[in-house]
Amino acid sequence: MEKIFGLPSTVLEQMTHQFCPGCGHGIVDSLLMHELEEMGVKENTAIVWPVGCSPMAGSVSTINQVSAAHGRAAAVATGLKRSSKDTFVICYQGDGDLAAIGTAETIHAANRGENITVIFGNNSIYGMTGGQMAPTTMLGQLSTTTQSGRNSEQHGNPIRMAEIIAGLEAPKFVARYSVHDAKHVMQTKQGIKKALEVNKNGGYSFIEVVTMCPTGWKMTPEQSVKKIVEENLKVFPLGVLKEVD
Amino acid sequence: MKKEFLKGNEAMAEAAVRAGCRFFAGYPITPQNEIPEHLSRRLFEVGGEFVQAESEVAASYMVYGSSMTGTRCMTSSSGCGLALKAEGIGYITGARLPAVVINVGRGGPGLGQILPSQQDYLSATKAPSNGGARAFVLAPSNVQEAVDLVYEAFDIADKYRCVCYVLTDGVIGNMMEGVVLPEMRDLSSLPDKSDWVVTKRGPGPNTQFGNKRIITSWQNTGEELEATNQVFADMLEGWKANETRYEAYQMDDAEVVFAAYGTSARVAKTVVNKMRAEGIKAGLLRPITLFPFPEKPFEALDAAKVKKVICLEMSIPGQLIEDVRAFVDKKIPVEHFGRSGGVILKPEEAYEASKKML
Ligand code: SF4
Repeated sequence: MEKIFGLPSTVLEQMTHQFCPGCGHGIVDSLLMHELEEMGVKENTAIVWPVGCSPMAGSVSTINQVSAAHGRAAAVATGLKRSSKDTFVICYQGDGDLAAIGTAETIHAANRGENITVIFGNNSIYGMTGGQMAPTTMLGQLSTTTQSGRNSEQHGNPIRMAEIIAGLEAPKFVARYSVHDAKHVMQTKQGIKKALEVNKNGGYSFIEVVTMCPTGWKMTPEQSVKKIVEENLKVFPLGVLKEVD
Repeated sequence: MKKEFLKGNEAMAEAAVRAGCRFFAGYPITPQNEIPEHLSRRLFEVGGEFVQAESEVAASYMVYGSSMTGTRCMTSSSGCGLALKAEGIGYITGARLPAVVINVGRGGPGLGQILPSQQDYLSATKAPSNGGARAFVLAPSNVQEAVDLVYEAFDIADKYRCVCYVLTDGVIGNMMEGVVLPEMRDLSSLPDKSDWVVTKRGPGPNTQFGNKRIITSWQNTGEELEATNQVFADMLEGWKANETRYEAYQMDDAEVVFAAYGTSARVAKTVVNKMRAEGIKAGLLRPITLFPFPEKPFEALDAAKVKKVICLEMSIPGQLIEDVRAFVDKKIPVEHFGRSGGVILKPEEAYEASKKML
């Protein structure tokens, strides 16, 4: 019998991941692991996985791994890449990390055009710490710190990081994807591939992926997918925002 | 050996390059700006990298990132800048990475003053970050010693995979003195780090699942973290036993003992000389390693002979005095005289104040 699908060697078979059922991070991480294998760069890649739910894939990956403090991944990646030009450097970050405490590091690494890829899992919530409001939380969305729903007067509006990054000179590829259904998962895979190719050819690339957090949203996986379509994608439109050859 | 007339900050920066430093990230803050300015040019000449970071915090993490590749790396700052760098210093320490940090001290707390001060003794020696992180702290008292200690700081950092912290101040950073710069290190002669760097695969102390290297200060269980804390505790005991350094000046028959480091120690020497000329048996104990603190020479002070210990510091209240008091025989009174806020301690006033204490 022919094996048509299996785990890439970038994933440890003996380990199980710790993501909640219906979490979007696992899908993005899985796509990344497949791409790293397909591109043949797994032996000289270092992934910076900071704090939050986003780094939980680290425990099932065979790729060299670096932890960073909340928000500091892009600064760590800068030092790592500048001192080791042959290493393929990727940051995988969540929204509390990248869009709140790490905005300075995120924007300035992009603005310097560091030769790294930043993958940003945007699930509009602080998942790991129990569901607090993130900078990307929808207006009206309930969270443990917006118990009557987020309102713009008190909490500001959801922040669009991909648009901010795309407004800078140096980045070579900036795009937003979603993993709420199979079609969009396949588009995300193509986006990750493109971002990694830009990295390989020497440039900064940024991928935002709108993901589900059923636990933080206090929804079923099905309801979470519905919320993405009906709410999140209206605030976070999909597509390539910047592409430079 | 050619003697050059150099400003302290530039001389320390050049000493770092010669020690093999090939990565620096920093953020502008007075009074240490000549360090990044010099390195912004020099590091590229020697095939290294310089990044002017977006913040002090980011600079500390760039150094964390560079260090895990095996590169000798450094950051520098002053006073409140070190408060910001504290986060990264903890990560570097927790992940067992070598790095050099220079603090060209200024007044505090808070924004304080850009003028020279020794207000960072406690933060440097006791708690440079959270979670009980400790750094190896060196304190030079002239530009030549600053050069020599920065040069050596990279060896210490590599030997223990720790942060080696050079605590100086705006006086030494900004004064010009004649110095002999050390030899340029041959990078191939530096310690081999291939068994743990994240840019390689394969077995090592931080390898999992056969090939995978991990750089982190995270531990999966409380027991694992506790075991790591014990490793640090053992390392610190080793420093205490083997690495303390101090200078004893006119100590053989001293009845009045000054305790001072860095810039204040220069002032203290002048005071000792003046007292000696008057027939007062004064001496100086100058810690060169502030952490590990040189406990033994202070413990050895004989209460039958030594009438008083006077700490001279550019800090109010005194900070060094806390360590001195901890190790000096309780029968010997320990007092403090200091200036702060950027007011530089003058030999005349230190002499007058000390005389009054006798
Ligand atoms: S809390 Fe949310 S983001 Fe975290 S693993 Fe669960 S579903 Fe995913």
